[in-house]
Order: sequence, then C-alpha cells, then structure tokens
Amino acid sequence: MTRLFAVLAMIGFATAAKAADVTTFRLDNGMDVVVIEDHRAPAVVHMVWYRIGSADEPVGASGVAHFLEHLLFKATDVLEAGEFSATVAANGGSDNAFTSYDYTAYFQRIAADRLELMMQMESNRMNNLAITAEDIETERNVVLEERNQRTENNPNALASEQFRAALYQNHRYGLPVIGWKHEMEQLDLQDTLDFYDLYYSPNNAVLVVAGDVEPDEVKALAETYYGVIPAEPQLPERLRPQEPPQRAERRITFADPRVSTPYITRSYLAPERDPGAQEEAAALVYLAELLGGSPFTSDLGRALQFDSQIAVYTNASYSGNALDDTSFGVTVVPSADVTLSEAEAAMDEVIASFLENDIDPERMESIRTQLRASEVYALDDVSGLARRYGAALTQSLTIEDVQAWPDVLQSVTEDDIKAVAAKVLNRDQSVTGWVVSNQEEAR
Amino acid sequence: MLRIVFAVFLAHAASIVQAEIDIKEVTSPGGINAWVVEEPSIPFIGLEIRFRGSASLDLPGKRGATNLMAGLLEEGSGDMTAQEFQAAREALAARFSYRAYDDTLSISARFLTENRDEALGLLRQSLVSPSFDQDALDRVRAQVITGIGSDAKDPNEIANAAFDAAAFGDHPYGSSLSGTVETVSALTGDDMFDAHRNALTRDQLFVAVVGDVRADEVGDMLDALLIDLPATGPDLPPDVDFGLDGGVTVIDFNTPQSVALFGHAGIKRDDDDFFAAYIMNRVLGAGGFESRLMQEVREKRGLTYGIRTFLVPKFHAEMVLGSVASSNDTIAEAIEVTRNEWARMANEGMTAEELATAKTFLTGEYPLRFDGNSEIAKIMVGMQMIGLSPDYVVNRNDYIEAVTLEDVNRVAAELLQPDDLHFVVVGKPEGLESTQ
Repeated sequence: MTRLFAVLAMIGFATAAKAADVTTFRLDNGMDVVVIEDHRAPAVVHMVWYRIGSADEPVGASGVAHFLEHLLFKATDVLEAGEFSATVAANGGSDNAFTSYDYTAYFQRIAADRLELMMQMESNRMNNLAITAEDIETERNVVLEERNQRTENNPNALASEQFRAALYQNHRYGLPVIGWKHEMEQLDLQDTLDFYDLYYSPNNAVLVVAGDVEPDEVKALAETYYGVIPAEPQLPERLRPQEPPQRAERRITFADPRVSTPYITRSYLAPERDPGAQEEAAALVYLAELLGGSPFTSDLGRALQFDSQIAVYTNASYSGNALDDTSFGVTVVPSADVTLSEAEAAMDEVIASFLENDIDPERMESIRTQLRASEVYALDDVSGLARRYGAALTQSLTIEDVQAWPDVLQSVTEDDIKAVAAKVLNRDQSVTGWVVSNQEEAR
Repeated sequence: MLRIVFAVFLAHAASIVQAEIDIKEVTSPGGINAWVVEEPSIPFIGLEIRFRGSASLDLPGKRGATNLMAGLLEEGSGDMTAQEFQAAREALAARFSYRAYDDTLSISARFLTENRDEALGLLRQSLVSPSFDQDALDRVRAQVITGIGSDAKDPNEIANAAFDAAAFGDHPYGSSLSGTVETVSALTGDDMFDAHRNALTRDQLFVAVVGDVRADEVGDMLDALLIDLPATGPDLPPDVDFGLDGGVTVIDFNTPQSVALFGHAGIKRDDDDFFAAYIMNRVLGAGGFESRLMQEVREKRGLTYGIRTFLVPKFHAEMVLGSVASSNDTIAEAIEVTRNEWARMANEGMTAEELATAKTFLTGEYPLRFDGNSEIAKIMVGMQMIGLSPDYVVNRNDYIEAVTLEDVNRVAAELLQPDDLHFVVVGKPEGLESTQ
C-alpha cells in the first residue's frame, strides 16, 4: 500500500551487495541508522522505517497502520497539512510512503545537499502530528477509494485476499494490509492516535540514508534531529499470534464475472529468513527457481508449456522477507481447452516428480550464477539497496544477516533443496485457490 | 521556529546541481550512431536499442503482428530452440527484454563485463536470425490472446480502447497493438518474417550504451550486433488529427469504482511552447499532491486515491490526457470538479508563486533522474528518438527557467479547452450519461 500511485517494486529474494559501501550505527535513544554510499549521482534517498505494520494492528482496527501512514502527511505542530510534501517538491525532490505487514516507511529522494531539511521534517512528524477529526473524515474516503482501486475493482486481488485469509489460521498476515472494508469505515481519530503515540518512536525506527553522502555527516545530522527524541519506554515487545500446526488442506473456488481466464494458485505456509538462520529460506529461493522461475527452463514451464500445451503461464514464487511464517506460491493458467482439474493434476505431477528425482547440476549452476549477477545489477539501484536494509531490519534480521545472505545463497546444495521441498510442499499446510468467472468453469 | 528555517532552505533551492554525465557520441565503422557513457564502477553494461515504427507498421489486416513478432524474438533463433536460447542466456545471467509499443520497438539488455561477448552473441542472434518456429508462434499467440481477453474485462483497458478508437479511428493509434483475437489467430510464420523485416531496420535505429565499456570499443560492438539488419524499411504512417469531440461516453461495466479517462488534442514535443505546457501540466495535474487536481479532488473532497494528467506528444498525434477513479456514486462529482479546474486554469492561469514552485521542482528533480546506468541509458535513447542533442542535458533546466508567467498562461488558455474534453467512463456511474 502506498500513499501515491508510485508502485513499490516488491523486494524480492535478492539481497545485500557486499560491494556496496555500508556503515551502520545506533543512536543513544535506540534508533538504528544505515548509511549506504553511492557517489555516482548527487542525490540521496532518506528513509525512516517503523517496526510496525498491519500485522501489529489491534483486533477490529484492520487498516489502521496504513491509514496512519496517509495521515502523517497532514499537519504537525509546525507543518501545515500538505506542507511536508510541498516543501520536498519545492526543493526538487519527491516523497512517498508505504505500509506492509511488518513495517511502515516514509521516504524522500532529493538532491544530497537537502538531507538536513528532510531530517528536520521527518523527525518532526515522528512525535508531533496534529491531525483533526476533519482530516480523518476526508482521508478515510481516500483510503476507501484506494481499496476500491486496488482490490474491489480487481477480482484477482479479491481472490488473493480470500486465499490469504484461509492460509493463515491465527496470524494477522491473513488480513489485508489496507484493511477489511467494514473495519476501515469505522477507523477513528483515537484508533490512529493510540497507534501513533505508542509505535512512532526512535527505539522502534530505522533510518536509512543512501546516496551521495558521508557517514560522519549523516551521523552528526541524525544525532541533531533524531537523537534528541526520547525513546518510548512503553514500547511493547513485538509479540504476534503464531500459526498452530496446520492439519488440513484448504480449497476455495472464487467466482467473479470480471475474471477473464480461469487459473489455479496454491500457497504453502513456508519459513522466512530468520536471524542467523537463513539457510532454509535460501533453499526455498532455489526451489522457486527450479519449479517455476523461468517458463523455458523450470520444471513447471517445461512440462506444462513446452512438453505439453497444458498451460499458457506457470510460476513459482517465494520471498523470505517476512517477520513470521511466509508462503511459497505456485500458479498455473491453463490453456483454453484445459480444465482446472486437468491443470492441477499436471501441476501436482510436476511437484511429485521434483520430489522424486535428482536436481540437474547444470540448472543449479545457472541459478547460482544468476543470483550472483543479481548482486552486481542491484548495485545500480541505490534506492533498492536502501529498501533491502530497511525491510530486513524491521523484519528482525541484522546487518550481518543482510550481508551474509549472498553467501548463504551461494552455498545452497541439492540436498538442502530436497529437504526443504519435502517439508514445505505439504498440502496439509496449503490453500489451493481456483479463480473462475462462473461455477461452470470450476471443473 | 521550524518554518523560518525552511524558508532559509527554500532560498537556496535555485542553486541546484546539474547532471554530471559525460555523453560520448560514437559512429561505428558501419555507420551506426550511439551515445555512450563510460561508468566502470560496476562490472556490467546496459544497452538500450530502439527502432521507430514498431506496431504502427503492422500491415493491413495483420494487426498484432509486430507485437507477436517482438514476443517471439526470445523464442528461438539461429540453430537454437526457445529453451536452448533461454538456457544459454540464463547461464550467462544476461537479461534481455523485447517489447513493441505504438511507435517504438524497445530492446533492453543488461549483461556482465565478464561474459560480454557471449551475451552480445546471443542478443545478436535473437535480433538478426529469429526462427519463428510454428510451436513457438502457437505458444506465444496463446499468451497474447489470453492478454487480449484480460484487457476486455479490465475497466482501465476498456476505457483506453474506447478512447483510442474514437479519437483515431483507422490510424494505428486507434486500435490496440495486441490486435484482436481474430487478427492474431490468423497470423502465420510468414507474417512474422514480414514484421521482422519491416520493424528492425537500421534507418530507424537508436542506441545508447552505459556501463563498464570504453567508448572506442562500442562501434565494433554495435556493428557485430546490428549491421546484418536491413538498411532501410517501409515509410512510417502519416500524422493523424485527434478526432474526438467534447462529451461523455459511459461504458456499462459492473464494478464498484468507475474509472474515467479524459482528454483532448495536445501539443507537439518540438513546439516552442512545449516547456510552458509542461510546466502548466505540472501545476494542473502532474504534480503529485501539490497539483490543483489532487488538491481539489483528493485532498479537499476525498473523492479519489489519485488523479493525474499527462502531456502525450506521440510521433503522429498529440494529446493532453488525464485519469481518475472514484466510486460509482461520486465519479460524477469528480468529473465536475475536474472540468472546473480545467476551465479555471484556462481562464485564469496560474499565479507567479505556482510557476516558481513548479520550476524549482522541475529543475531540481531533473538531475536526480540520472541515478543508474540503466536509467541513464533509457534517458539517452529517448532523447535521440525525439531529436535532442547531448547538450540538452546541460541546457534543459534553462529552457524551464526561460518560461515566463505570461507564456505559461497564454499556453494554458490556448491548450486547455474545457468544452473539448471528452470523458470515457467505465463502470456504473450514477448521474452520468453518454452525450450524443
């Protein structure tokens, strides 16, 4: 969910580039700071990430984290409503924010010599928001229109909301980031202020500054602007309800006349990257590539799009970037004359065959090379590197974990993949969704 | 206290940095021109190739041929099948993309310094000797037809298609470059060879290279890559007038939020008043939260998540376009406010303060665009396509600064024609009906 149209590219499984020049430190009030140097262009990205997302929301107030993100652009004690963004723009910069399950983040991209102004304003709105009841009324309509645009108008988004709600039996990852509509309609000033007062504090935040900057200069500015904000003593430990053992497969058929082509998507509960223990997640990255990464060379692509014409599209996907249990997904869009049952049977045959057979060492080597190269390409995008660190540090990982990840990926073996596949590809821990335009297609 | 400090910062805002990139113009021994920026700090190369023409060169009755052809370039060439080609590309960790647009065939490549020649060899083969095997043709055709079906149920795509058809009729701009199920189903291998021969020709070629390569190496590199393509191709299509009158077209579609696409005729990219129009558009509707339309439709009234306007100077026609989405029961109000703002800008223009703020943003934001090899390559190839020279990078902010309040308000009055605005609305809008 972002505040403006700008689409946040999902941070995939690729991560830290060791070659990037990264400095980290912690302010006395507990705020973590990451500085990534890239002196190719005279620009800087300034981001503040809060360790608070939709999965931390109180029961009955789904959407409050994202709603609050919108409200942070309203008035503070010294800034008028809209003045933050207007000031950024008047200095030739652009700004935005985004909310996910595990974090809420605010950022500006601007000429490097404007960093101090950004810190001045961003630190001001950490504690001094002055929202009014009228702000709430108008902005609630905006987020409801955002939900209309992203979800209500999009049958695929509505379907995935249903599937996600079924995948998570206890965890708040089962609720949409933007919120359930009926709860969004009830969000009020008190809900947002309670959330803001508790969680928007330096000891719950990560500052990431990336671009044409020197670490010493960033440190001095960070101490001046963020370092003076007192830590929140009441900040609770981040405890979330976890998933129980899942014991039964779930199957859902979602029908909406706006669906153009029927398809199948299955999600399995899967482990995420954990501090000091990223090996299973790394093996799952390979599993996704081997099963459905490339339509030309993956198992699903070859079997369903080349050896047969069962599907027009196949994919397997996994991202280990989450605080708690994440998911491993497989999607198949059958060809026009193939039923969903036939396509699902073919998909399951590929999965079974993967579990039974050896992995081709040439494919392993190719994926290893691509992961290594993606670290080189990643260096070209300093904003992407900044997002990597911000996301990781708000999802319980450490700087060391981020920097170890490329090596962890390189050291994955065939045995690791087979072991994690046998564990994760368990239909008792999965949701299989059929998306159709009418019940006739659900066969 | 804080506000005073901000004011001090704002006073400095005009002294913004310039883009510091060193563009070298190269002509290969074979006569291929390219712009090059050497950036050895990261061991890879970004290559952007464009051919003008693209889907606008589709032959009569063959709508969708160029698009399908572009999708097939990575699906088998030389003596390699699609799978062999892709396995070889993946092993090198090279990334290629091939995409047809209305007027432009776009090919982007990124590859590592360490296997540059192998990667270029593969790319060359895909561009020069694609095989268009029947099984690949059928496979990609099925994907394209799936996409056409998806567009037919997507409110934004429905609005685009209706708007384009009404504005441009039989000109290629009047229909989707994907083609229809009927035209795409009928395409053959011969059609693919025709489309390939027509679309990839050196007389319509533009190239930019950025990364870990020396400018003096680029000429030979490009000759090896592209010299075997045909030297010339067919004529480009004629220009076309924007043919849609003011009014409203409602297309019934059962969905909770109506989407509206609106616009009228626009201004050419090489018009002397283009920069005045560009600044005007920033203030009207392209300015993030600060634009008048965002303020009026979203911030004050909560009618939408986003509203935006665009100057769209295409090669053969030009438009001013906008889009907004709002619930079925509020879209009529969103449209009314939009019309009013259109008229207010046309009649009253903007204030000196609005002009100054827009200029500061536009001049400050410009150098920030050059923030990566891939971005720089895309910008450079785009500049060549619209006939700019490398020193535009240095002078561009002066063009913005030179626009006066008188210019911008004169151009607003000439360009913005509230009565000519046509809204195509897809949904179940309340209180809104099609005009005759």
